[in-house]
Amino acid sequence: MRTPVAELVSVSHRYGKVDALTDVTLALHAGQVTALLGPNGAGKTTAVSLLTGLQRPTSGEARLFGSDPRTMPARRRMGVMLQIARVPETLTVREHLHLFSAYYPAPLPLSVVLALSGLESVADRRFGALSGGQKQRALFALAICGNPELLFLDEPTVGMDVESRRRFWQTVRELASSGRAVLLTTHYLEEADSLANRILVINKGKVIADGRPESIKEAAADRQVICRTRLSVAQLRELPGVTRVDAQGDGVRLMTTTAEATARALLTLDEAASGLEVRSAGLEEAFLALTSADDTRAVA
Amino acid sequence: MTAIQSTLALPELGRRTAVPGLARLYALETWYEFLKLLRQPHYIGGVVGFPIMFYLLFGLSLGRGGSGPKASEYLLASYSVFGVVTAALFAFGVGVSTERASGWMLLKQAAPLPTPVYLAAKVVTCMLFGGVIVALLALVGVTAGGVRFTGAEWAGLFASVMLGCIPFCLFGLALGYVIPPAGAPGLVNLLNLPLAFAGGLWLPHEILPRPIQAIAPFVPQHHLGRLALSAVGLVPDAAAPHVAALAVAAVAGFVCAALAYRRAAR
Repeated sequence: MRTPVAELVSVSHRYGKVDALTDVTLALHAGQVTALLGPNGAGKTTAVSLLTGLQRPTSGEARLFGSDPRTMPARRRMGVMLQIARVPETLTVREHLHLFSAYYPAPLPLSVVLALSGLESVADRRFGALSGGQKQRALFALAICGNPELLFLDEPTVGMDVESRRRFWQTVRELASSGRAVLLTTHYLEEADSLANRILVINKGKVIADGRPESIKEAAADRQVICRTRLSVAQLRELPGVTRVDAQGDGVRLMTTTAEATARALLTLDEAASGLEVRSAGLEEAFLALTSADDTRAVA
Repeated sequence: MTAIQSTLALPELGRRTAVPGLARLYALETWYEFLKLLRQPHYIGGVVGFPIMFYLLFGLSLGRGGSGPKASEYLLASYSVFGVVTAALFAFGVGVSTERASGWMLLKQAAPLPTPVYLAAKVVTCMLFGGVIVALLALVGVTAGGVRFTGAEWAGLFASVMLGCIPFCLFGLALGYVIPPAGAPGLVNLLNLPLAFAGGLWLPHEILPRPIQAIAPFVPQHHLGRLALSAVGLVPDAAAPHVAALAVAAVAGFVCAALAYRRAAR
């Protein structure tokens, strides 16, 4: 196995009494896009903070290019796009890039940065006068201007329209195919699926699934069957496709991989079943379904 | 906008051992800090506009009080000090508070930018604004107020105003770590204006009410004001005690900033 460009090794992190991350291990490799997928508050941004040296883990180890993430040589090789950053509004895109490029030993030419981020036409506009999507792209430009080997993108496409998002994805693919490592955090399964070679699903500070996009998508494609029935939990678990059974109101909620087959079998066994409803589970439920197994379920 | 071409040439990745030039980094960081503030109307208005306006209103109209110094000369020195103190407290107090809240500071921390460069650029920018304020007041004072200082006096005024901003930069930095950005300008003014008054920057120390005169030695503005006035020969004070007091203030400001930083980093 190649040496990872960055890794977290058995990392746990606490804010006061809150466990933000619990025993997380992950490695980022050159040429790969890794997605951290999870709902808000899952611990994605904390993971980025630890990998970029903005915070030190409570326990475990964060390594960037084999050394402490807070060292200058390691930082010169990475680029970061943070979720909340707003840059001073009275400087233009060109001026911001001119300054930020000076932090790095071998920055990309300005023309390349502007082209990659799609900002050519607004290069001389002040940051404060950019649209929401353009601001996101300007932050992306700041992340790539140092020609980084490793790129952190924390919720990069928030505020981008569909067209911008598609183009952004294309750029990220190119950066990865040219040998760069990318860590992307997102709560859009579509984004993770479209970009990543590998997806880590994270919830409540724990990695609950780790695998290729196809496997994760399969898990997230689960649906739920809701009804009132006299069947026992044990009987319901035996129904085809059912992965999880929960009480819901005066009825039950079944997570299933094959909703139609489950519903058919259920009605065969209990003709009096009522209030039958079939819903797509959505990612949130998929996360819960994944947690229902052990802490970590390898779906790869 | 054109679609991104997949043929776009990305430079090769490889081990890059070169280190960016530090002198260039200091120069660029300072230049853009200066440009950033120069384009903020509320900053320029408060820092440069106010002292000029007050000077036009009072410095040129009050004339000479008996045998005392000319108002145009006295207020040139004390409004210069007021200007540079405001420049420092706002650039750091409001600036750092805003940049912390917006995540800009975090982005700078993640970038390979040494923290001393970030801070030094802000300090030097305050010094530059101090120089600009003295120069503009001098222009008005000399052409319209009959101000006549010797070369050495001008040099002393510029030096005291530009170097004297350092303790206020440090206090401002401490404020920037503790105050929320929304209320920052108001809170900074709430400190700045009364202390400028107590420090004798509005009215001469000698005519302030007794209780305020008594606390003036504990107000850093008082010492910088007296230093600037003595530089242009308007008060007989020796420079050394005021310089010493400002040095103590700088140390206190540094300690406050370090404590505030540690509190914020937790």
